[in-house]
Amino acid sequence: MKYEAVIGLEVHTELHTATKIFCNCKTSFGADPNTNVCPVCLGLPGVLPVLNKKVLEFAVRAGLALNCEISRFSKFDRKNYYYPDLPKNFQTSQFDLPICEHGYLDVEVDGEVSRIRITRAHMEEDAGKLVHHGSSITTADYSLVDYNRTGTPLLEIVSEPDMRSAKQAVAYMEKMRAILQYCGISDCRMEEGSLRCDANVSVRPVGQKELGTKTEIKNINSFKGVERAIEYEALRQAEILEAGGTIKQETRTWDENEGVTKSMRSKEEANDYRYFPEPDLVPFTVSDEYIENIRKTLPELPDARKARYMESYGLSAYDAAYVTSDKDRADFFEAMVKAGADAKEACNWLMGELAGKLSENGLEIKDSKVTPEAMAELLKLITKGTISGKIAKKIFPEMWETGKSAETIVKEQGLVQISDTGALEAMVDEAIAENPKAVADFKSGNKKAMGAMIGQIMKKSHGKANPRMVSGILIKKLQAL
Amino acid sequence: MGYTIHELHEKLIQKEISSVELTRQFIAHRQQVEGDIHAFLSVNDEEALKQAAAVDAKIAAGEKIAALAGIPGAIKDNIVIRGQKCTAASRMLENWTSPYDAGVIERLEANDYVSVGKTNMDEFAMGSSTENSYFGPSMNPWNTEYVPGGSSGGSAAAVAAGEAVWALGSDTGGSIRQPASFCGLVGLKPTYGLVSRYGLIAFSSSLDQIGPITRDVTDAAIVLNAIAGHDERDSTSIPMEKADYTEALVNDVKGMKIGVPEEFFGKGIKPETREAIEKAIAFFKEAGAEIVPVSIPHIKSGVSVYYIIAPAEASSNLARYDGVSYGFRAPGDNIVDMYINTRTQGFGKEVKRRIMLGNYVLSAGYYDAYYKKALKVRRLLKEDFDRAYEQCDVLIAPSASGTAFKFGAFSDPLSLYMEDICTVPVNLAGLPSISIPAGFHNGLPLGMQIIGPALGEKKILRAAYTFEQNHPEFTKTAPKGEM
Amino acid sequence: MKITAEEVKKVALLSRLSFTDKEIEELEDSMSGILTYMEELNQYDTENVAPMAHAVEQFNVMREDKPHTSFTNEQALMNAPEKEDGYFKVPRII
Repeated sequence: MKYEAVIGLEVHTELHTATKIFCNCKTSFGADPNTNVCPVCLGLPGVLPVLNKKVLEFAVRAGLALNCEISRFSKFDRKNYYYPDLPKNFQTSQFDLPICEHGYLDVEVDGEVSRIRITRAHMEEDAGKLVHHGSSITTADYSLVDYNRTGTPLLEIVSEPDMRSAKQAVAYMEKMRAILQYCGISDCRMEEGSLRCDANVSVRPVGQKELGTKTEIKNINSFKGVERAIEYEALRQAEILEAGGTIKQETRTWDENEGVTKSMRSKEEANDYRYFPEPDLVPFTVSDEYIENIRKTLPELPDARKARYMESYGLSAYDAAYVTSDKDRADFFEAMVKAGADAKEACNWLMGELAGKLSENGLEIKDSKVTPEAMAELLKLITKGTISGKIAKKIFPEMWETGKSAETIVKEQGLVQISDTGALEAMVDEAIAENPKAVADFKSGNKKAMGAMIGQIMKKSHGKANPRMVSGILIKKLQAL
Repeated sequence: MGYTIHELHEKLIQKEISSVELTRQFIAHRQQVEGDIHAFLSVNDEEALKQAAAVDAKIAAGEKIAALAGIPGAIKDNIVIRGQKCTAASRMLENWTSPYDAGVIERLEANDYVSVGKTNMDEFAMGSSTENSYFGPSMNPWNTEYVPGGSSGGSAAAVAAGEAVWALGSDTGGSIRQPASFCGLVGLKPTYGLVSRYGLIAFSSSLDQIGPITRDVTDAAIVLNAIAGHDERDSTSIPMEKADYTEALVNDVKGMKIGVPEEFFGKGIKPETREAIEKAIAFFKEAGAEIVPVSIPHIKSGVSVYYIIAPAEASSNLARYDGVSYGFRAPGDNIVDMYINTRTQGFGKEVKRRIMLGNYVLSAGYYDAYYKKALKVRRLLKEDFDRAYEQCDVLIAPSASGTAFKFGAFSDPLSLYMEDICTVPVNLAGLPSISIPAGFHNGLPLGMQIIGPALGEKKILRAAYTFEQNHPEFTKTAPKGEM
Repeated sequence: MKITAEEVKKVALLSRLSFTDKEIEELEDSMSGILTYMEELNQYDTENVAPMAHAVEQFNVMREDKPHTSFTNEQALMNAPEKEDGYFKVPRII
């Protein structure tokens, strides 16, 4: 039987505020353990929460960018459960009146666009971090607790089960990341945990309407993990069904190293979170004016930017999608174009040389050692014919290492392209003289033979000969023979 | 001797006595009576004398001092003070030291307060007799065979026994007013949100309020002046201009409309209580107030609503006591065992019962029938009160069914819960209420409540002050309080 | 409403409390008594009544996104039952 996967995602993103959601402790990442804490986020006896107004603003901003309806009346609730990373043993979250509802995202896989509905997005506080003393949670003798992250504002974004493949789920996550980054509300780094994802996965025979029994997969820490975990889980479920078994509704954890999902053994009672309205926070109302003021400050979102790049710069859909899928990348691209680089050329360099250097050094594009302006200068030298593309690729690593400008390197190393017709004609004549066989091949109709001769000329000139001019002169001379 | 804040303030500024001398006197008296009363969980003599000396220095320098500056007070042990233990009368917090100050403590400091110690209470403020204190009960200074009331029983006992001139209590369902009534004192529960809850160890967040227990109405206004006011660390704190509550101390109720809700006088109310309040009503009428019969039908469901909402909030508020980062910890092989051992050994019986009740009414399948239903009837009750205040300025009601009861008088929790019928409706509606002495029965004091609309503190103070000024015979000092 | 021993045990686990058999019996009795009494609330038609979670209605209380000075690690851990390397130490999770 043929099965299809049905996937819904719960995305958690840390909001990039200066302080925590309910107290004035900093949200910074990487501080010494238990130093970004105060009575409130430690949950000491007698403390009370007060909502950070930036959190509401960011949540509304995200909601608008995700095409959600913004609730005019909203409140916080307590979600009660015991875990040592949760100092109060309840999480202040939103239950029945979330700030955002009924949104959607359009995602594209293999040229096909599908609309994924967003059920809701709500504000809540993050928990602390546990360090297990031992190789894993199950073998640890004891655990250590750090409450620095406790109270970091989170937005939980829940989708409908509208995705049908792991690829679609990845596309959804990538789109989500792009939008949240564009809005400036989160840096969305999955590795650092500022973007997290739990996947609800079920399978059903193709054509069946009813949903199968789902499992929830936690602990997915990368985009690759999203794809692998869902693929694994869908296959696991399909195999069970195929063998006549049934799926157990449960929470499973993704083991990145082993590449499998595992049942989370738990002696906890069935979850009963006993949600009730948070008595220590008052409800809030959101006015049309408040929403419109935030809507006005929304930046151009990825889809709009993509359309603009196709329209104004003539980028292909593929290229435009690549460039705009990351806000920093799109900004970098735009700065290059603004500094005079050819758009198509700039896009090629982003995908090729720059992407290579960044991944080689484990850097984000905003930390690139070569600025967009310097790159534009390099590309302009190609366009002007001062250097060849090949030379440019040699210069680029030097720019990266030394911080020198392209022009300086070209001058220092005498890399200026040979565009002098006389000199090039001499080189061509030499090549014709040295390659009688290639000349004969060409004359007998094998046009490819010309390529080998150009290659030889380029090699002899140390890449400095202007390849376009060489090619023109060569053809003329060969035809004249 | 009947020392009050306002009398002692005069003596201080006239330099008849110094704050240090006064504090020493109270400490000495405490040393005599505390063995019989057990009002305090911890005392703070050295720090108190330091605070007193600072006030004396101000007086000597000719500086103006605040109305309660230098006058020994006591703080209920569920209000945190930086660097001091704060136990909430629980084994769970027996050795916990607060690293921060409550909002009210900061305000008291700004008034140069002197605190001689932290007072006993029912564990986590759950109870009405102090019998639920992990550290043993306090005794009623009028007769030590009787409870002082609760949960702020230690605060009331301390003031009645002359161990402090004033005290702070907290009132979730009557915990200031009922012990004030049992000990012949004045107890004021402010409007919800008037006094900051920041640093008050939470019992039931939507009901808790801090307020004063004092010897007379004037002192209640003075302490309220010191502690009331907006605190941005408490989201439920009401943003408002600072008021001077002593302005309301006027011996005149002419034209005031006093409502009498029949539902407060149901079958549980003892004849002597009924009689005392009937006399009070007659007095007010005589004094020129208009008496208006009103009806607040949902009062009779106050106990049901209260004993759903308060335990529900408490079950969540007390979840943090788990042995992880502070407080008592009992060992366990794994985290769940450690949680269970810690909480089973760290909490007393009544606290556990209420956590159980709270978790029950919030759990799947019961939430709508109990918790949500209670929130809805709470609104009906609040709307009843709103309608009543369209017809009158204040309401009059008993503070308790009768006088203080003996230790161990209630074996069944429900019958003890029923005793809260006079006080819990006020917390559910968030209203201010003052309990004042209204008579004696068999040598024990009886109390009466005057309940106001939200932020109607001045109205209730005025009615209470007028009654008090015309009934000096009710403001007596308990035998243990004679210095 | 008669609450059973099983229900008492279930709620006890939710509450992270344990009870002896005798205590469970006592809780069955007292909780059943209290919950039965509360059934009197059913006399009211609350179909169209909004729940009231706060005693005094207020809206939109928020604060500025400005950092304060946090605790030092020593202050954070001053009441810790057990600690190690600046962390709170707890028994194994599973």
